[in-house]
Amino acid sequence: MAQSKDFHIIAETGIHARPATLLVQAASKFVSDVTLSYQGKDVNLKSIMGVMSLGVGQGSDVTIKTEGEDEEAAMTAIVEAMSSEGLAK
Amino acid sequence: MPKTSVTVKQLVENTRLEIVSGKEYLEREITTSDISRPGLEMTGYFNYYAPERVQLLGITETSFSERMRHDELLMVYRRMACDTTPAFVVSTGLDISEELKQAAAEAHIPILTSSLTSSRILSNMTYYLGGQLAPRESVHGVLIDVHGLGVLLTGDAGIGKTEAALELIQQGKARLVADDRVDIYQQDEERLIGEPSEVLRNMMEIRGVGIIDVQQVYGAMSIRSHSTVSLNIHLSNARIGEKNFDRLGNDGDTLEISGVKIPKMVVPVTPGRNTASVIDAAALKNRTQNMGFDALTTLENRMTEEMEKNAALNGENA
Repeated sequence: MAQSKDFHIIAETGIHARPATLLVQAASKFVSDVTLSYQGKDVNLKSIMGVMSLGVGQGSDVTIKTEGEDEEAAMTAIVEAMSSEGLAK
Repeated sequence: MPKTSVTVKQLVENTRLEIVSGKEYLEREITTSDISRPGLEMTGYFNYYAPERVQLLGITETSFSERMRHDELLMVYRRMACDTTPAFVVSTGLDISEELKQAAAEAHIPILTSSLTSSRILSNMTYYLGGQLAPRESVHGVLIDVHGLGVLLTGDAGIGKTEAALELIQQGKARLVADDRVDIYQQDEERLIGEPSEVLRNMMEIRGVGIIDVQQVYGAMSIRSHSTVSLNIHLSNARIGEKNFDRLGNDGDTLEISGVKIPKMVVPVTPGRNTASVIDAAALKNRTQNMGFDALTTLENRMTEEMEKNAALNGENA
């Protein structure tokens, strides 16, 4: 059973290069597939280039899906990274 | 470990001086990179004379000596020629007085000369002696010159530093400076120079193959006697995910050697990753960055534009 969660990006910079790195580093610690969806485009959250290609700015809505044996822990880590960086609600 | 001294012979060979007299005394030792210009001493003022320094005589000293009496001049030169004085150097191809020759011969001190000016000789000698007499630090790693940039490869024993260096040397992209042990000293405030130990010069150890003499096998193009140490690439066998590797290349990580900080990149070594190619790219990235090109800034600017575009679209939809 895959996990899915919506995030509203509140950070002024949006998901810029540095915050993207932090999300990717959080996701890379898990074996589950982690996907970020924005405006109908899905990218692998473990791939920094993919994340940066989207241009997710302040006020955007994104969906994150985790799927795999540690999907719950992966989602928890991403929620944690989003809030500790003040990226999203 | 600092070299404590350099012989006059080494100074002659490395700064292209000519020997006027005292060929048999070239084993005399130089222990300081400071050079003495004994101008005031010519007048008899010896309160601050530094006898252990190389004594450099130029136009000032020589022209003043022409006004001195024979016995006065001989006395002054005798006072200069101490037990610890390594050599006299006369610049600009100036004539060498009999008094200097006599005093130097009595004290077994060689006289050297050059057609260069005093300031040029002074700078050459200070540069050479400063480097040779600077304290050295031995570092475990491989130093290669990649496209003119001195790259110090570090990482645990057996991780493949030498093999990666070998591949770059075979491709003609790098030249070997030192394998396994790199002796590093500070040339000036922000420049480090690395060289091999005399015994290991040009040698490489490849596991399973043995020792190879890189110059013999790959030719003169494949080696360098020394190079700057400008970039540290640390090979790590940590798994991607276990360790946070620098993804954007903006961590600002550094390695400090003898008080000088150089940029450091930690690169994962995993099966299927060609370490040599990664080192090549890292060196070139560092070079282009030094030239003022930064891909990350370009990418960030594009991202900002994309965000603005997306925000405008969202505004229309709302």
